Amino acid sequence: MVQSYRLSEWCSNAPVLEEDLALTNFALDMTGRAQVLLTYAGKVEGSGKTDDDLAYRRKEREFYNHLVMELPNGDFAFTIARLLFTSAYEYYFFTELKHSADEALAAVAAKTVKEVKYHLAHASDWVLRLGDGTAESHKRMQQAVNELWPYTGELFETSNADAVLRDKNIAVDLAPVKALWRTHVLSVLTEATLEQPEDGYMHSGGSKGVHTEHLGHILSEMQYLQRAYPEATW
Amino acid sequence: MVVPTFSKAAILRILSAIPDPEIPVVNITEMGMLRDVVIGDSGYEIIITPTYSGCPAMSLIEQDIKMTLEASGVRPVTVRLVQEPAWTTDWMSEEAKEKLRKYGIAPPLHSSCSQDVFAHNVITCPRCHSTDTIMLSRFGSTACKSLYKCNECKEPFEYFKCH
Repeated sequence: MVQSYRLSEWCSNAPVLEEDLALTNFALDMTGRAQVLLTYAGKVEGSGKTDDDLAYRRKEREFYNHLVMELPNGDFAFTIARLLFTSAYEYYFFTELKHSADEALAAVAAKTVKEVKYHLAHASDWVLRLGDGTAESHKRMQQAVNELWPYTGELFETSNADAVLRDKNIAVDLAPVKALWRTHVLSVLTEATLEQPEDGYMHSGGSKGVHTEHLGHILSEMQYLQRAYPEATW
Repeated sequence: MVVPTFSKAAILRILSAIPDPEIPVVNITEMGMLRDVVIGDSGYEIIITPTYSGCPAMSLIEQDIKMTLEASGVRPVTVRLVQEPAWTTDWMSEEAKEKLRKYGIAPPLHSSCSQDVFAHNVITCPRCHSTDTIMLSRFGSTACKSLYKCNECKEPFEYFKCH
């Protein structure tokens, strides 16, 4: 949902019309997925909360998204590099989740894999084009990859809750996901004549609700209507 | 308690009049979105599945189903959205694919489930049937289509992606 919000910010601002369509189409897929997952989360929690309650009435510290999702869009290269990292993660993550013992999650995963592989193909194409493009596009692409790399470690962090769910075959084992992710990402970077940054310090905190300063700004805009007019409906 | 006065076949016949809101030449049955009709004591339950998770047409389709059935005297009607099994272009009927082609949209080549999206498929122009076509953009006016151009007749067209 958070990355969907970021991609929506490209609407009418992308470099070309086709890209405007592509990025907002990704955002639509992500919003659709968030809607199904949040509805299900409300059901599992048993508190009667709806998808809208969870999207628009949660506080910043109650959001558990990966930090990489909330970073500002930066230039087009930054948005595309992020999309490569996150869509590769989602592709391999949801491919595994298809085998979850939880039928609702497995269903979402099956649907998501179909959609995300187009996101991944698109992002991979652009990284190649920009990385192996002009001196300027190469420089910007490399810079984006370098800036984002320290946010990729968090994608593969696991908590105690994950371990409990994995024992029940509900959650995914992230070790094989990480291996597949690295193979794909590194092969795209190499082909795009880009260098792989070193695995140094990795940012963390999303799973504990500790965010960058950017999430609060997203929520202040995204949740404005429900905060200002609490019972408003479509 | 509701006494069912409409058979499943009759309901399906009524529902096949509902067009896809975004591609009106095909109906929701031909698109494979209509999954089942369950007739029970509490009324008629229509089961549909979205083509894409974020498909904005779903609420419109739900509304169309209720209005169309109620206009024919079928009530009470509930519409249930299911995610499993996930929709695939394999469920699109041959008639639907032919209608798409006539409408100017190249129909999906095959199911994408096992296909590599990185592979560049040869898409035939729905107008002049030339195979000399080029992809302009992987995404078109809706999430389910890509933009192509025919190098033979020079016309742009849309391709319904495999899903």
